[in-house]
Amino acid sequence: MLGLTIDQLLFLVRGAGWTLVLSLLGFVGGTILGLPVALARSSKLRALRMVASAYVQLIQGIPLPVIMFVVYFGLSIGGFEVPALVAAGLAMTAYSSAYLGEIWKGCIQSVPKTQWEAAECLALTGTQRFVHVILPQALKIAVPPTVGFLVQIVKNTSYSVVIGFFDLTYSAKVLNNSTYKPFLVFSIAAALYFVICYPLSLLAGRFERKLKRV
Amino acid sequence: MEPMVRFQDVHKSFGAVEVLKGITLDVPRGDVVVLVGRSGSGKSTALRCINGLETVNGGELHVCGEKLHDGKTDLRKLRQEVGIVFQSYNLFPHLTVEQNVTLAPRKVMKVGAKEAKELAAHVLAQVGLSEKAQSYPEQLSGGQQQRVAIARSLAMKPKLMLFDEVTSALDPELTGEVLRVIERLAKDGMTMVLVTHEMGFARGVADQIVFMHHGKVWERGGAEMLRAPQTAELQQFVATDL
Repeated sequence: MLGLTIDQLLFLVRGAGWTLVLSLLGFVGGTILGLPVALARSSKLRALRMVASAYVQLIQGIPLPVIMFVVYFGLSIGGFEVPALVAAGLAMTAYSSAYLGEIWKGCIQSVPKTQWEAAECLALTGTQRFVHVILPQALKIAVPPTVGFLVQIVKNTSYSVVIGFFDLTYSAKVLNNSTYKPFLVFSIAAALYFVICYPLSLLAGRFERKLKRV
Repeated sequence: MEPMVRFQDVHKSFGAVEVLKGITLDVPRGDVVVLVGRSGSGKSTALRCINGLETVNGGELHVCGEKLHDGKTDLRKLRQEVGIVFQSYNLFPHLTVEQNVTLAPRKVMKVGAKEAKELAAHVLAQVGLSEKAQSYPEQLSGGQQQRVAIARSLAMKPKLMLFDEVTSALDPELTGEVLRVIERLAKDGMTMVLVTHEMGFARGVADQIVFMHHGKVWERGGAEMLRAPQTAELQQFVATDL
């Protein structure tokens, strides 16, 4: 088929599977770390805001492949021989937490100040105001941009090729080395990436329109 | 008996702008005090000082027997005693009417689920919206939303209610239903401070009308004050705003 054997095609599909695994790791890790970042960025405490802001600036100021290298070799110098998946997962976590943190900070701040005020006037504590009044509204606003960012996560997992993680891009490279059909192999890889990303884009667009109607 | 609210030479500035220039005013228990005046006269700021939304810079302000802004004020305790309703309703859009009303009683006063439901039924009946308990704010008219906001405050069983231009955002045909709810509260003996532009309503409901001008209490008195203003400023205000 297409001048490739079924096994060769499955090889690419398996790579796509690892791309999905790494994307999931990046998203879950990014969520776990990104939420505290968003909270710290909207905090009343200046010190907390500054620490979170420094973290975001640092991560956003370094190209993702370099983060991959630093995590991978940093861990091995530290005496931890970890699989490429773990290193790539940690790098993706750092990357997506910085961006998700910024996105969610914006969502928290876009809930009108008057909602904080109304909750305050009902004698709710600071935590209660956030948990029961602000957060549910911020979450709703956050859905479209978060789903949209998933597309960035999926595409950017391809940088894990630099530390030899067996994702879709790396599989395509390996397959090309044995078949010498670069255009064909990378076109199929492109199609597979598109098949993953396009539905996510559609979903994000639909959520956004739904939010606008409300 | 000591008054519910006592302003003694209260000053308040925002940066270099002094908005309250020495307010002295008592709100006796059970009374309805209406603050009137042009925009920028300081009436909303004075109101917001009463429940600690604004901190005063000078003078003394006592609310429910407590001195405010001496650094030790328990604002959460104060807000359980003082309810406020805003011009823009500020209902929680993600919660039903009933949940809007019961959130604070459940979380702050730790009222049980069943009791909270009964409480909601009671205050929603007070504002005539029993049948809307399961609706969301966006499904209600502005007047209905404002009545829910009043019910939400009443659910905390406040000793004092503040109303900050609560009909200003409403279409004229919807103001009546809100004003009637406030009138009924007044009749039931609730102590209230209102800021309003509805002069006819102010005359009908107020025990005391306070005309504010340039951050000061310019003139005060009963409803008859508006018919026979002593100062040129109130004369002008009455002539242009009625």
